[in-house]
Amino acid sequence: MSTHAPTRAEALEVPLSERGPAPRNVVVSFGFWLFLLSDIVIFAALFAAFAVLSHETAGGPSGDDLFDRSRVLVETAILLASSFTCGLMSLAVEQRKLVPATAWGAVTFLLGATFVGMELSEFHGMIESGAGPDRSAFLSAFFTLVGTHGLHVSAGLFWLLVMFAQVLTLGFRPMVLRRLRCFSLFWHALDIVWIGVFTIVYLGAH
Amino acid sequence: MSDVAGSYWRSGVLDPQGPVGAAQNTILLNATTIMLAVIIPVIVLTLGFAWWFRHSNARANYMPDWSYSGRIELIVWSIPAMVVLFLGGIAWIGSHDLDPRKQIDSGTVAPLDVQVVSLDWKWLFIYPDLGVASVNSLTVPAGVPIRFQLTSATVMNSFFVPQLGSQIYTMEGMTTRLNLLADKPGRYPGLSAQFSGEGFSDMRFMVDAMPQQDFDQWTANTRAAGGSLDKASYAQLARPSSAVASATFGQVEENLFNDIVNSNNPASGTSPTGHHSAPSISDGT
Amino acid sequence: MLGKLSWAAIPFDQPIPMIASLLVMLTILAILLLVTWKGWWPYLWSEWITSVDHKRIGVMYILLALVMLVRGFTDAIMMRSQLALAAGGAQGYLPPEHYNQIFSAHGTIMIFFVAMTFMVGLMNFVVPLQLGIRDVAFPVLNSVSFWLTAAGVLLVNMSLFIGEFARTGWLVYPPLSELAYSPGVGVDYYLWALQISGAGTLLSGINLTTTILKLRAPGMGYMRMPIFCWTALASNLLIVAAFPILTATFAMLLLDRYLGFHFFTNEAGGNAMMYINLIWAWGHPEVYILILPAFGVFSEVIATFSGKSLFGYRSMVIATMAICVLSFMVWLHHFFTMGAGADINGFFGIMTMIIAVPTGVKVFNWLFTLYGGRLRFDAPVYWALGFMVTFVVGGMTGVLLAIPPADFVLHNSLFLVAHFHNVIIGGVLFGAFAGYTFWFPKAFGFKLDERIGKAIFWCWFIGFYLAFMPLYILGLMGATRRMQHYDVAGWQPLMLVALLGAIVILAGIVLTGVQLVVSIRTRDQRRDPTGDPWDGRTLEWSTASPPPAWNYSVLPAVNGLDPHWEAKKSSKSRLQDGPDPKSIAVPRNSPIGFVLAFFAVMAGFALIWHIWWMAVAGLIGALMTILAHAWRVSDEVEQIVGSQRQRAAT
Repeated sequence: MSTHAPTRAEALEVPLSERGPAPRNVVVSFGFWLFLLSDIVIFAALFAAFAVLSHETAGGPSGDDLFDRSRVLVETAILLASSFTCGLMSLAVEQRKLVPATAWGAVTFLLGATFVGMELSEFHGMIESGAGPDRSAFLSAFFTLVGTHGLHVSAGLFWLLVMFAQVLTLGFRPMVLRRLRCFSLFWHALDIVWIGVFTIVYLGAH
Repeated sequence: MSDVAGSYWRSGVLDPQGPVGAAQNTILLNATTIMLAVIIPVIVLTLGFAWWFRHSNARANYMPDWSYSGRIELIVWSIPAMVVLFLGGIAWIGSHDLDPRKQIDSGTVAPLDVQVVSLDWKWLFIYPDLGVASVNSLTVPAGVPIRFQLTSATVMNSFFVPQLGSQIYTMEGMTTRLNLLADKPGRYPGLSAQFSGEGFSDMRFMVDAMPQQDFDQWTANTRAAGGSLDKASYAQLARPSSAVASATFGQVEENLFNDIVNSNNPASGTSPTGHHSAPSISDGT
Repeated sequence: MLGKLSWAAIPFDQPIPMIASLLVMLTILAILLLVTWKGWWPYLWSEWITSVDHKRIGVMYILLALVMLVRGFTDAIMMRSQLALAAGGAQGYLPPEHYNQIFSAHGTIMIFFVAMTFMVGLMNFVVPLQLGIRDVAFPVLNSVSFWLTAAGVLLVNMSLFIGEFARTGWLVYPPLSELAYSPGVGVDYYLWALQISGAGTLLSGINLTTTILKLRAPGMGYMRMPIFCWTALASNLLIVAAFPILTATFAMLLLDRYLGFHFFTNEAGGNAMMYINLIWAWGHPEVYILILPAFGVFSEVIATFSGKSLFGYRSMVIATMAICVLSFMVWLHHFFTMGAGADINGFFGIMTMIIAVPTGVKVFNWLFTLYGGRLRFDAPVYWALGFMVTFVVGGMTGVLLAIPPADFVLHNSLFLVAHFHNVIIGGVLFGAFAGYTFWFPKAFGFKLDERIGKAIFWCWFIGFYLAFMPLYILGLMGATRRMQHYDVAGWQPLMLVALLGAIVILAGIVLTGVQLVVSIRTRDQRRDPTGDPWDGRTLEWSTASPPPAWNYSVLPAVNGLDPHWEAKKSSKSRLQDGPDPKSIAVPRNSPIGFVLAFFAVMAGFALIWHIWWMAVAGLIGALMTILAHAWRVSDEVEQIVGSQRQRAAT
């Protein structure tokens, strides 16, 4: 066996696991996938805590008293839409089209920011009405789970801003493209987590 | 001499004084014996192989490429599997037979209820049916099953009398259950087995097991000696203190134990309606 | 301005921590002065501190672990001497508030900063070499991981001098660790130090998992991977899956302590049992994170020094991965005494025992690797044999503890303490030292002194039995853990034997330093010009000692297990075809790890002491550092093959 670039036929004969080090793109995406998995384990722990504590209202308000489901439905729609526009951004990036990529990126940012804004105003209203996270174990778990997701979305928004700057200053070079790919993985993963939050926390409220 | 030496090694868990401890002692000995039957040969073979197959031993057969044998593989998977199958049976049956919640069958003898509260850093024992209580000493009739209900007024502790057997955690807002029995009269040291802070090392108590008529006498004496455990004196008692001398109360407010379980701090007068619905929060922080 | 920080935080009234911290600070000052005086700063900065070379980072991890071993052992010998004195009403010399910090610090340091750090260091150094590649998947991230671990170490040690450490035991169970019962900064030091170093560990786990799964030399399929790489893979998968649980759990406790949340409090519906479940959902995998790489080390050592392939490689791989999966299904055995029902206890007891099956298989396979071998008794073999003899005893007591009714009388006793030291010293630490002795010549180009190496082994081996066999007995006699004094005067003789054991181990630790100094001073006689001092089997022995920065000029082509051994048998001089390239691109150094760690310490310290402006400044600093790094456009520099500077520890 030699280390010269294998021909197509040779490469097909060698099992995938024996073809030597994977290309950089694959390595970076795979590493980021592992990171996302570990992030999802964090959410799993917070979901578990929420499940254990969801009845512990300590005489305070319950989810049913507090949540405005139609508003959360709008939030959900906005976040899912942002995932769609993020996908459109990725397509434009793959074709190296700067203007549509930037435009879809901007739409994604605005949708994400609206989501965070709505969440913050929900939190604000709850705290104002005396249902803050220090009110009961249920509310502690609620604010932590939903807040951690919100923090992730906010971090994603900041990341998106940085990526605008990177694309504008560095162009579509491989390093930037890899990061944009990781960003879209991150953004879609947050959607998946939110589906869990929406179903378990809001729809499952009692 | 040998008797003294014998009693030195046979103390604590190895000197059981009740059916629970005795059964656990048997499990310990059986399981150890079974495992030693595998472990001693492994240790001997390790040292034996290492010595025989040493580099300088020309008589030893060198087989550099011998690295697989289906038959040996089968054996090395089945030996530990069989040991575990056997011990797993012991574990499953033992878990059920010696479940701390399981009442001890003692024929016609009615069990005695004792409620245990761990405080910073002492033990409170309430006898709900007798209306007496004691601190850091537990007096029980020998031969009578004791039905414990346990909780904590502060942090976690673990109630443990090594010679009687099973320990169990005490936790704030929760009630755990434990059943023990002392076969014969004697004094058996007890302790907290879960670290609970500064006074932890002195969270010891003595179990005083005595014949039933002595126990009845003790109850009468305790009632006569007076002292009342109500909300106010409980609040006094609940204050952190360590190395507390044992004491008794001739009278106990009814439902005190349940109040301790259900309210995060009965002493401070917060809601008696229960731990899970206390209206005021963060007064402790 | 300075939050809770004031002069009262300095323990002027406690001579032991004062003297200890003054000594530490004087030592650090002396080292800094020496480095400055000798003009070593540029060398240290460019070759070590900013290095992203996995070998350098591995060496730094191990150095950090050895330093922390001294710290953790100091705590241990203080505990042993306290208990040797405090019998029958005597109070010893350490009051509870001090003693409680010592055992908490001992556990925290030994697990997170000795065992964990040592193993991560070995994996970092060895895995890319064994895989036949040039570096890990993300070299800069690797440096960040190391420096975040170092930041955690620094915070833990700062607690000695400024403030206090946790007094709650090494897993800070609530409600004891809640603000209501632990109002001081001790628990906060613990939490922030471990959050920071835990982030480093998680990133390292992601890095090494990616490396093993995606970057292997051509031809190295999964079933041709060296067994150490398999155990490293299992260990790092566990890190990726388990450490986030730790992060989340500590985050909840921090929210309770800082913002009045009620996850684990006694008030408002908090549930302390949930913490205990969550922490052990991390904690049990953690012990396998530690022991699996040690198993890998022993497998390599036994096969190499027997001059044989590892017996039952396939079984070993299956056993390793079985342990990896099973380790997530047994956490409840840490609290059988919580009062769960018999079915639950029985189930977790059996699951725990099932782990003993793959572990037992490993022991038998090592046994049959010895069989038919030609065993050379070098120092690593001493550790391996000592391990096999000692570990089976620890395994046996572990299975005893897994039987719920037996655990009801052994839980939290000194028997338990003896059990986990039996497996952690007899398993993890012996493995760490075996690996250290085995791969030292690869890292530095010369062997460690054999005679002293064997003496170190005997000190640990005999010291371990002297120190912990009495604890097994004491546990059966009813002695519980974490007691600061005890009434039963009859326990004192056994406590004295245990102290003697600790003193014997102390001799072993001192000798480790002596061995290093002696070996470095006589390195010219100990040089290994071949790169293969032990007649090795795997790829790392096919490259020079120390290897060049790029490890392999041409990636080796692999066509079986033990490729280096096979090549030697067929008297092939090298595994690579084709000529060396003239120059090779190696990852560029980066100061980002060091700078991030600086800001992490700043933010962590500020959060511990509630100095909010400084915490914000630290976080902004960290963010700016990451942003600055994001605009670094070239990751690699070309190095001319053959111009590599001599890099032994001269």
